[in-house]
Amino acid sequence: MAKILPRKDVVIMGLGWTGAILAQELTDAGLNVVAIERGPWRDTATDFNIGYMPDELRFAVRKELFLSPVQEAMTMRNSTSQMALPMRDYGSFLPGNGVGGAGVHWNGFVWRYFPSDFALKTQLTKRYGARRLSELQLEDWGLAYDEFEHCFDQFEYLTGTSGKAGNLNGQVIEGGNVFEGARNRDYPNPPLKMPYTSALFIEAAKNMGLHPFPAPAANLSKPYVNPLGVSMGQCTYCGYCERFGCANYSKATPQTTILPVLMKKKNFEARTESEVLKINLHPDGRTAKSVTYLDRAGQEFEQPGDIILLCGYGLMNVRMMLLSGIGHPYDPASGEGAVGRNYCYQTQGAGARLIFEGKHFNPFIGTGALSATIDDFNGDAFDHSKLDFVGGAGISCGSSNGRPIGYHPTPQGTPRWGSKWKKAVAETYQNTLGIGAQGSSYPVRGNYLDLDPTYKDRFGRPLLRVTFDFPDNDLRMANYMSDQLAKIGRSMNPKELTVSHAGKGWNSVPYQTTHNTGGAPMGANPKTSAVNRYLQSWDVSNLFVLGASAFQNNAGKNPTGTVGALAYWTAEAIRDRYLKQPGALVQT
Amino acid sequence: MISRGPKQSRRHFLASASALPILAFAGHAQARSISGRLPWEAFAGEPPKPVNPMGWYFFTPGEAATIEAMVDRLIPADHLSVGGKDAGCAIFIDRQLAGSYGKASRLYMKGPFAKGLPTQGYQGDLTPAGRYRDGLRALDEYLHANGGKSFVQLTVTEQDEILESLESGKVALTLADGQGARGFFNLVLENTMEGFFADPLYGGNKGLAGWKLVGFPGARYDYRDHVDKHNVPYPLGPVSIYGET
Repeated sequence: MAKILPRKDVVIMGLGWTGAILAQELTDAGLNVVAIERGPWRDTATDFNIGYMPDELRFAVRKELFLSPVQEAMTMRNSTSQMALPMRDYGSFLPGNGVGGAGVHWNGFVWRYFPSDFALKTQLTKRYGARRLSELQLEDWGLAYDEFEHCFDQFEYLTGTSGKAGNLNGQVIEGGNVFEGARNRDYPNPPLKMPYTSALFIEAAKNMGLHPFPAPAANLSKPYVNPLGVSMGQCTYCGYCERFGCANYSKATPQTTILPVLMKKKNFEARTESEVLKINLHPDGRTAKSVTYLDRAGQEFEQPGDIILLCGYGLMNVRMMLLSGIGHPYDPASGEGAVGRNYCYQTQGAGARLIFEGKHFNPFIGTGALSATIDDFNGDAFDHSKLDFVGGAGISCGSSNGRPIGYHPTPQGTPRWGSKWKKAVAETYQNTLGIGAQGSSYPVRGNYLDLDPTYKDRFGRPLLRVTFDFPDNDLRMANYMSDQLAKIGRSMNPKELTVSHAGKGWNSVPYQTTHNTGGAPMGANPKTSAVNRYLQSWDVSNLFVLGASAFQNNAGKNPTGTVGALAYWTAEAIRDRYLKQPGALVQT
Repeated sequence: MISRGPKQSRRHFLASASALPILAFAGHAQARSISGRLPWEAFAGEPPKPVNPMGWYFFTPGEAATIEAMVDRLIPADHLSVGGKDAGCAIFIDRQLAGSYGKASRLYMKGPFAKGLPTQGYQGDLTPAGRYRDGLRALDEYLHANGGKSFVQLTVTEQDEILESLESGKVALTLADGQGARGFFNLVLENTMEGFFADPLYGGNKGLAGWKLVGFPGARYDYRDHVDKHNVPYPLGPVSIYGET
């Protein structure tokens, strides 16, 4: 029998970026908040210790900080005609685990999506006509960029983002991202120093009339004190960023930006190593009563709360809704239902690799988000009327790390072992530059999330089933990007240029990106969205579902900036609207 | 107030999770509740322990000899570096197989086990340790049936030919994991490269051989002075976590 605990004002599942932001904002509003976190407590001094954090095998290859499949796995297939099987190890994407969540081991890109990304259906229909969009299942987000521009600003200042504005209140600034939506003020910190790879790319892009700029990075170019009074250090370009915790307090994480303030509050409590099993509804089915969780000793608790916030990784939020019977599960046959709908990923297949002679790129000097980017071919920044696709990609070149288990490039045709391999790897390590295209991912009817009928977790609950393949539209987009990469690459005169192309058949094995979006999308219509514009469940009015699960489509950018902005937007809605009059914030 | 609990807790969890993770903590009946302060404690970290280089923990002497010969062909000794054997790659693999990696303690190993598509990844019920045991047995049987010599008795040219035909799948090994000779070869190659390039505390990369080969400085952790010195060689050699240079 579950032990029933005293009521809290707010119960949060998951203490990563969104959980920490909501907890910080709602405790400031005077509420009593508890966060229930499946993984362990983690702090910089102990768990991201500078003495042993630079350990590629332990953290990058054996993935110590990540969610392990034995705790929670997922099944996958490329289409409904296949049988989904469990990803026995996570490969293509790596969900986080523990306090800080994926905010611990991310690279630190803090993008704002383009204003058009939030109203894609309207924008693209107006510009190209509805017929061009027939193979996609686009939907507007029900929230305009201008309405929550200030929330992007809040997240950038929380995280001390280093960057250069490209559009300040409508005034376009060369050297920044001239395609971005108007911002009210510049980034809190100047851009990082550009490495040699980025410098060559910037020169090549400028020569082609393109608009390169330093990518906005939550790897700090200077020491910084954020608006909560938390001090952060200057990034040392150590090359152990993604997959690692930062030992320098210079990558923004919940640990380095919020937790030192939040944890000291008497009206906040974190319960770690406690796994939420389900959300319990009141008999009317319209409001949530409590969450049931197990602590690490296996004891079951029921935690009642007035407001329930799902703040897990997006995929876990969707699974929790399905396990708890909240909302209408999506059915790909009819296209009806909202929970599990519009699952998107990131179209990563287009890339260029350039090998030179006699260079010293020093690839080990890097930060997670250290790169120069062009957005000339991203989203709807360019005219698609004569093209056979919609969407685009951010094209970037930089240096995140040169860790040699994962990074030891060789020219085409080199054997994978033996003396020839050794000679090639020794010559190539310092001479290689990569240019990547991070492509948008747009929803189609057949890509979705539901519960697996066969495979169960360690508590006997069904695993999440991911049904996904790259839509044809997105592959045509990626092929166009390969052509652009080839042009840029050729202009840099390498000894060898290899251009890769995206293809059908999403493979769950090689790492691509941990940018899984959708499944509980936001919108203005309850038939095509699981949550309203405030990320409030249409079906259960005291439940809010945070994170990238709310995205209707994924842009050609890393999602965390938009995830952070939406978290501030939801916190504001709860504080300023919901608390005054609990209930549905949008009437149907 | 919380206590972090015994230091071994998370490691212990990883090691035991595939069994009965909930019961493993019967002694710690409370959920950890943290409120009112940052729960920092001295000496709560988990620094890695360097492996003891003596003896074999997983391989039988026969298996060890075969693996040593294999890693020495995958990474042969030449003017660029020592070979895989002297770089400790076989010791590295042995220690990995004896530990959490070999036992697949992080992985989802529940059935049913079905033959998957390539996009679905490894679907066998064998752990990495089990795949090595089975793969080395199958290789031995194959060699026995085709000439009768064991791998270590072959000339290096013959060893390379065998490795090439495992890599290309030309040799058909009967393997319990259903991955074929190629799958076994890829596993050995992957682990050999891990050993060659990982921090030496895990038993491979002896004398920082792998890092010196490519020019990776290891655990330096601060390049602020050099990031904008474009196209200039980095002046310092590698350093390991335990300070080896």
